[in-house]
Amino acid sequence: MEASLERKYNFDVVRWFTIMAVVYLVVGASVGVYIAAELAWPALNFDSPYLSFGRLRPLHTNAVIFAFGGCTLMATAFYTVQRTCGARLWSDKMAWFTFWGWNLVIVLAVITLPLGLTQSKEYAELEWPVDILIAVVWLSFTINFVMTIANRKSSHIYVSNWFFLGMMIMIVYLHVVNSLAIPVGLFKSYSIFSGVQDAMIQWWWGHNAVGFYLTAGFLGIMYYFVPKQAGRPIYSYRLSVIHFWALMFGYVWLGAHHLQYTALPDWTGSLGAAVSIAMIIPSWGGAVNGMMTLSGAWDRLRTDYVLRFLIIALAFYAMSTFEGPVMSLKTVNALSHYTDWTIGHVHSGALGWVAGISIGAIYHLMTRLYHTEMFSVRLINFHFWTATIGTVIYIVAMWVSGIMQGLMWRAYDEYGTLAYTFVESVDAMHPYYAMRTVGGAIFLLGAVVMLFNILMTVRKSLSEGSLSKARALPAPA
Amino acid sequence: MADKKTKPKSFQEWMEVNIWGLLIVTALVLSVGGLVEIVPLFYMKNTMEHHTYPEIVWDKAGKEPIVTVDEAGQQQWNWKAGEGMRPYTALELAGRDVYQSNGCYLCHSQMIRPFRDERERYGHYSLASESMFDHPFQWGSKRTGPDLARVGGKYSDEWQRQHMRAPRSLVPESVMPGYPWLDENYLSGKKMQRHMRGMRTVGVPYSDADIEAAPALVEGKTEMDALVTYLQVLGTMVALDESKTYRE
Repeated sequence: MEASLERKYNFDVVRWFTIMAVVYLVVGASVGVYIAAELAWPALNFDSPYLSFGRLRPLHTNAVIFAFGGCTLMATAFYTVQRTCGARLWSDKMAWFTFWGWNLVIVLAVITLPLGLTQSKEYAELEWPVDILIAVVWLSFTINFVMTIANRKSSHIYVSNWFFLGMMIMIVYLHVVNSLAIPVGLFKSYSIFSGVQDAMIQWWWGHNAVGFYLTAGFLGIMYYFVPKQAGRPIYSYRLSVIHFWALMFGYVWLGAHHLQYTALPDWTGSLGAAVSIAMIIPSWGGAVNGMMTLSGAWDRLRTDYVLRFLIIALAFYAMSTFEGPVMSLKTVNALSHYTDWTIGHVHSGALGWVAGISIGAIYHLMTRLYHTEMFSVRLINFHFWTATIGTVIYIVAMWVSGIMQGLMWRAYDEYGTLAYTFVESVDAMHPYYAMRTVGGAIFLLGAVVMLFNILMTVRKSLSEGSLSKARALPAPA
Repeated sequence: MADKKTKPKSFQEWMEVNIWGLLIVTALVLSVGGLVEIVPLFYMKNTMEHHTYPEIVWDKAGKEPIVTVDEAGQQQWNWKAGEGMRPYTALELAGRDVYQSNGCYLCHSQMIRPFRDERERYGHYSLASESMFDHPFQWGSKRTGPDLARVGGKYSDEWQRQHMRAPRSLVPESVMPGYPWLDENYLSGKKMQRHMRGMRTVGVPYSDADIEAAPALVEGKTEMDALVTYLQVLGTMVALDESKTYRE
């Protein structure tokens, strides 16, 4: 029954996106560990332009967000939309164009960023020719997705697809507006905006890359894969509706909280912070909705490692959507801004929530896409613990270093002069930067084990012939 | 397709069976926050301090060249430090390109907040008008290293060069990468003219003479020269008056 779906749906493109997502997780996390080590041991920059922190950091963020995150989103969106609509992808050709186009973007990023070709806008570093390619590929992804829904066999559009759709539309807005620039060379351009307006547009993009790309999209994953893995319907339909619309309306406003106490007018930052606080409610509504789906089946967490990933991801989601609004408050922000606390917050979202829910979804997908059991369940368990422990070490290191930086910078001695020079604060960070590197390395170890487990599962499926058997079955009537 | 026989019971349900409805309503809802927060910044006069204090901007910007170079290679400056915001010279802009290209903004902010400790450490809080010619802005979001908004003039050129080549030779605790290769890369006058014309297209007031002066300013100079020149001008354009309240 399950197997005959191979003919009905396009799972080939989903398989490729899934495998590449795991490859890019390893690549992105490796670069992350390397640049973390550079901050602890600066000799690792080797006086080389191509290895210097300032050029590799954008490579790390682009690799994890757009390569790993993007491939995961495309795999899961294409899978979910077919399964929930009961319809094959609208266009196979467009789906393959999306796959190759997106991977071309990633290859171009790997080449251009270490060469120092950058727009110097965080998470939007790629230069204008690559930006145009991104826009075209993203539109092909969106159109294919929307048209598949338009061709659906089911009556209603499932909640996952609302979230995926919201993300797709918002990323079009953000990417197009924030990347508007005047080219002055093949790989050099200047933003058409300047100063304060450019700052607001950048952080409207920056926070919504988090809010839509890394949150709404991954909530789409949550709303499909948590109920599927748990084998029970989502806890509350009503909560899903509230979660969706509150997120769509509210998240967009948050970017301004990145610019508290800067030269951005006060009203904008305060508005951003006020909406940020209000966002705790729908975010927690969503987290509760996901977790309570397990209501009555909590014992499954003891045995089902994939479910563990999904649920711990929701716990991190709840935690970082509480921490974020707190950090947007002006009094807290005065301390936390410019420090490692921000980096820690991002990683509790990125490693805990985004990577956690993705990893859970990918393990779930592997068994469905290759029609076999995972090569090793024990390795999934091992991965679960390395991912969780690595993330926690990382976050704790950044909490301590971030708060310490903030306090050292504003400390006064008994004579009313600044107690510390800046470089004393840099020196004090060393143990925490080393600790962060260790946390990252443990997380990376888990990712490498995952890649191994996944490739062995593909091998297992090939040697069993389970995929070809599934393909040979007649399509369902 | 949607079952057309049963009528949707609510607006929500109508959207759940109508992809185009869902698409349009979502697109509208998503556009509100950005429009409210961004569009006014382009129109509200009090966003930029120079609307209240016109002396923040150099009154000859775009009308007279910032600096000209005569045939003997001597520079004549029409602008002096403190006379107000003006576009970057070709050499400073080249330095800013180097700053962008090497991701300096990832560890250094250029935005001083209005706190006592920041004033003592870095100087007067930054004004919005001080980054009016920065396409894109370089405020940064992280201080792995110190703020640079007013670093101009704090250290000698020679200190800056040595610090770029080998940061730990001057500051042993520093975690900054070394940038020795900046001494090896030479600038191109033609390229800088192209960059300045691009800036002019997006509204930076360069005079023709500014663009003509580019080759004489940058030829024979290295990326290191450019970067140091850029750093040395940061925060020196406007002479801020402690008795004035520029921002609420």
